[in-house]
Amino acid sequence: MLLASSPFQEIRLDRMSRAFGSHNALKDVSLSIRKGEFIALLGPSGCGKSTALNCIAGLLATTGGGIFIDDKRIDTLKPEDRGFGMVFQNYALFPHMTVRQNIGFGLKMRNVAKAEADKRVEEALNLVRLQGQGHKLPGQLSGGQQQRVAIARAIVIEPPLVLMDEPLSNLDAKLRLEMRAEIRRIHNQLGATTIYVTHDQDEALSLADRIVVLRDGEIRQVGAPSDLYERPDHLDVAEFMGYRNRLTGKVVSVDGARVSVSVGKATLSGTARDSLKIGDAAVVAARADDVEAGQRSEHTVEAVVETIEYRGREFVGTARTAEGLELVFHAPQTAALGSSIWLAIDPARALAFAA
Amino acid sequence: MAVSAPPVYNRLSLRQRLALRGIDGVTILVLPAVLFLLAVFVYPFIYGLVLSFTPKEGGIFANYQKFFSDPFLYDTILTTLWLAVPVTVISIALALPIAFRVRLMTRQRLLTTILVLPVTLGTVLVAEGLLNYLGPQGWFSRTLMLLGMIDRPLKLTNNYWGVFSSLIITGFPFTFLLTLSYVTGIDPALEQAAATHGAKSWQRFRFVLLPLLIPGLAIAFCLSFVQAFAVFPSAVLLGAPAGPTRVISIAAYQAAFEQYDYSMASAIAMIMATVQLTIVVAILAIRNLFYRGSTAGGKG
Repeated sequence: MLLASSPFQEIRLDRMSRAFGSHNALKDVSLSIRKGEFIALLGPSGCGKSTALNCIAGLLATTGGGIFIDDKRIDTLKPEDRGFGMVFQNYALFPHMTVRQNIGFGLKMRNVAKAEADKRVEEALNLVRLQGQGHKLPGQLSGGQQQRVAIARAIVIEPPLVLMDEPLSNLDAKLRLEMRAEIRRIHNQLGATTIYVTHDQDEALSLADRIVVLRDGEIRQVGAPSDLYERPDHLDVAEFMGYRNRLTGKVVSVDGARVSVSVGKATLSGTARDSLKIGDAAVVAARADDVEAGQRSEHTVEAVVETIEYRGREFVGTARTAEGLELVFHAPQTAALGSSIWLAIDPARALAFAA
Repeated sequence: MAVSAPPVYNRLSLRQRLALRGIDGVTILVLPAVLFLLAVFVYPFIYGLVLSFTPKEGGIFANYQKFFSDPFLYDTILTTLWLAVPVTVISIALALPIAFRVRLMTRQRLLTTILVLPVTLGTVLVAEGLLNYLGPQGWFSRTLMLLGMIDRPLKLTNNYWGVFSSLIITGFPFTFLLTLSYVTGIDPALEQAAATHGAKSWQRFRFVLLPLLIPGLAIAFCLSFVQAFAVFPSAVLLGAPAGPTRVISIAAYQAAFEQYDYSMASAIAMIMATVQLTIVVAILAIRNLFYRGSTAGGKG
């Protein structure tokens, strides 16, 4: 299968919007997707990511803006005329058709000759590693196998764009990891341009070439996984990327991108992600991995250990400060519950945002 | 080293053994229903069956021989089928597209209420209404004449069409509600999946929705058919009960209450039951050829 040969260069969303009554589910979403790219739309539930996907698929009409493949406008086309492939959250396999008929559905609708269609269905079955399962009905397959069929059905038509709507959210944790690797492998093999909706940042980070973080129907940040992980532009993106510790204080010194923020009795430093000047209110954000118990000093925060979780090679604990703020920290060994500790935040990894 | 034998747990109490077979105290609650069925269905049925084989005169099959040798009697089967089958087919053919439209509506309940009204009115009231509405001096013919579409009143009562329209009006809501429940039972994601993979609307209907609906439509057909086959009041009030709408229940009524031959009436009732059963069994057999499982697209 030669998906990469689909003759187009980019798919462009131009100020795509969708309103439900007075509620704007999607506001001026503009994005250009290069051929072969794997894009993850990431955000909490209600952020508009599924709305965006349904608009691109044509299952939902847009109320503003346009969708283009190169210069061809497609948001006015019906879903069946867009020629995309889609993988649904609940798989949406046709229960009365065999696996082979399900996969061949799109080819049949396109009047592909029987011999050619059979060959491509067989290739797709091999690709998703379901050899010998073609005669079964979807009801006879496990959840993971059903999702493989759904993926095969979407890619067998060699669409310019594959849309995936939280395809792994119905699977159990182990299977989810396996299918994640499987989706990555299939993408590497075929190079199909893909838009993948998820609320799981691990999925987005491990699969995507670029991640689009949506919040309240708007794009917050677009970037490579490492950009978002290490240099989130906004506090809410940071929150989504695992910066679970947020300490609010006042900027006391600025040295280029380095800022120091006084939080309670402690002074914490980090890299500024907003332009901050002395006296501004600021939030220092850090991941649990970058917070560790240390010596009492002016750079550490006192807190009482509340929980300790065993994570295999390490422990993750939560502790509460005198001000009532909960901090999540990384501990090489267990700590006594209720004991008082001093937590240090790695200044090289901490970020500071305007509050 | 001595090994002590493991304890044996094979002595289950009677209660546990019954519970394993799915019988527990709650099962006794089925008894009133069983008694009720025996008293009002099984006993009368067997009584009627035996009665049908004990004719006023002649051998035990005399009633059946009489029925199948007299065209005035055996023609009632065809007459009734000629009403019940088209009525059922047309009801389903109407119900299907309407159900597809109603499925997308937000004010479903209002429409459902309007449609259920004819059921609550009863066949006699509907028949009376139709006599006035479709009669020679009724609004229907008068409106058509006013519009210049016809010259003289259409004959729509006291014949086949009167009974036909009354059966449609009283039977349709029932058929529709059944059909609607099957249509709304299909996961909407299936149609979306079909659309995104290139199926136009008629292809979505033909390849995805219809195959999933057939088992439900077969049930709807059976129930509507049985209802229409038992037509009596409208065949008398709106039809021509001596001729084109002399349905099988009229024959049974006349045997019982005009000729006081209960044995013959029972035989006719048995023949009526056999015809219905044959059609229903045939439809259900066809239904078995189709996919009958879940209409969901996967784990939901």
